[in-house]
Amino acid sequence: MEQYRIDQRKGLEFGLYTLGDHLPEPHTGERISAQQRLNEIIEAAKLAEQAGLDIFTVGESHQEFFTTQAHSVVLSAIAQATEKIKIASSSTIISTLDPVRVYEDFATIDLISDGRAEIIAGRASRLGNFELLGYDLHDYEALYEEKFDLLRQINDNEIINWEGQFRKPLRNAEVLPRPKSGALPIWRAVGGPPASAEKAGRAGVPMFLATLGGPVSSFKHSIDVYRQAAFDNGHNPDALPVATAGFFYTAETTQQAQREVYPNINEGMMRTNGRGFPKSHFAQGAHPRDVMNVGSPNEIIEKILYQHEEFGHQRYIGQMDFGGVTFDQLKRNIDIIGREILPAVRKHTQK
Amino acid sequence: MNIVLLAGSIVGSKTRTALEYAERSAINNYSDHQIQLIDLAEHDLQFSDGRNYLDYEGDTGYVTKAVMDADIVIIGTPIFQASIPGTLKNLLDLLPQDGFRDKTVSMLATAGSSKHFMIPEQHLKPILGYMKAQIVQTYVYIEERNFANKEIIDDDVRFRINRLVEDTVTHAKAYKQFQKEKEASYGF
Repeated sequence: MEQYRIDQRKGLEFGLYTLGDHLPEPHTGERISAQQRLNEIIEAAKLAEQAGLDIFTVGESHQEFFTTQAHSVVLSAIAQATEKIKIASSSTIISTLDPVRVYEDFATIDLISDGRAEIIAGRASRLGNFELLGYDLHDYEALYEEKFDLLRQINDNEIINWEGQFRKPLRNAEVLPRPKSGALPIWRAVGGPPASAEKAGRAGVPMFLATLGGPVSSFKHSIDVYRQAAFDNGHNPDALPVATAGFFYTAETTQQAQREVYPNINEGMMRTNGRGFPKSHFAQGAHPRDVMNVGSPNEIIEKILYQHEEFGHQRYIGQMDFGGVTFDQLKRNIDIIGREILPAVRKHTQK
Repeated sequence: MNIVLLAGSIVGSKTRTALEYAERSAINNYSDHQIQLIDLAEHDLQFSDGRNYLDYEGDTGYVTKAVMDADIVIIGTPIFQASIPGTLKNLLDLLPQDGFRDKTVSMLATAGSSKHFMIPEQHLKPILGYMKAQIVQTYVYIEERNFANKEIIDDDVRFRINRLVEDTVTHAKAYKQFQKEKEASYGF
């Protein structure tokens, strides 16, 4: 776990993530400017650090209603604005970027932040990036596999010789600068069916699992499959960290939390995916054995501890700013995490 | 409510004729609803390539969005090779896998003979169910001999289409009411 900068004695790592969505606040229908949204994301990272959270991550989506297309630039600003919180992408769509350039960016962020940067590389659930960045959607899987592999090779080798289908070969290439400790933690972003988790396990890379809603048991299945695939292919599952990512929102009571954030999530998904979040599913999300961490602080603590018991994961990151959640709401949430949720989660997961 | 009548084939006229009758029936009885007939023969749809329906442009984007915005979809289909036409299946493929969630969907089939009566039941209903539609269980099945000069010539068929439209709207209203009550019970 050390190579991934994870110290399990400190307990489950807890963080926040944003997709950088830029959506109207559903109650007023008003949308803040892109500039304000970007500044508030940087501000939220600072607050997260002050509240003692472990990590803050930013994703990229290249289409309407998003604003962190240049997510590495945003992360660089966060690197400068903070001192100790880890920073990562959530995720970097490696399929439509040049791995050399991505590595240069994140190694630079790692140096600016004094060794706090990580890459979570995914293959996109929104596909606006393919056309905009000049790639063919037909190569969806091949692009991801080839570029993810190149990214890892760059991480493992200071001098690289490489040949592939989607970019010119590299001959004795030196990708600079190097990160502070020589290498970056690089995770594979996994969503959907367990087949994707199995691939991550086979490759022996850390897994970031998206868990938007549904029973803990079904996501546990993906994690089991991941660890088994790692073991079957000669990797030690105990040395491979697993992280989960999903919706988070807390208020005094669970019903109040649901009431406050449901319109954001429902209308936000309607705009970005063309389908809302069914209210009955959202209501079911409050169940102690559902992965969705929306509820009162106590219920969230119970849920996270239950998830930890089932998953044995090393990190959890919550998404709580989706769909125009106001900055005041974010501040309140971060405050409750720092005061109530984090101390309890750490107390029970420390070794 | 937003009612879409969907003619699922780009060949022939019977399905379109029957759906036009259903459209008139809807306009006569439910003029306070939004009613739109979409004939796939009038649109150039590309094959589904797996992207989100919002990401399709042109006719493909227009038709998928119109269907996704509907509360009620009345599907009209001929029978080709003992099944639904590929054009209709392609439209279904273009939609999200739960694309009919919270929508009421009913069926009207036209065919050359009575031999294909079970095709809507066995080929279309399972797809609609998979896509989470609220399905109106009875459908209207119309044979070649019930048409002449692009008109329905059989009162029995007219009665059955009128009842299908009525059943569909009643079903949708009941579902909306049921959904409203269920959602109110959550208290958020």
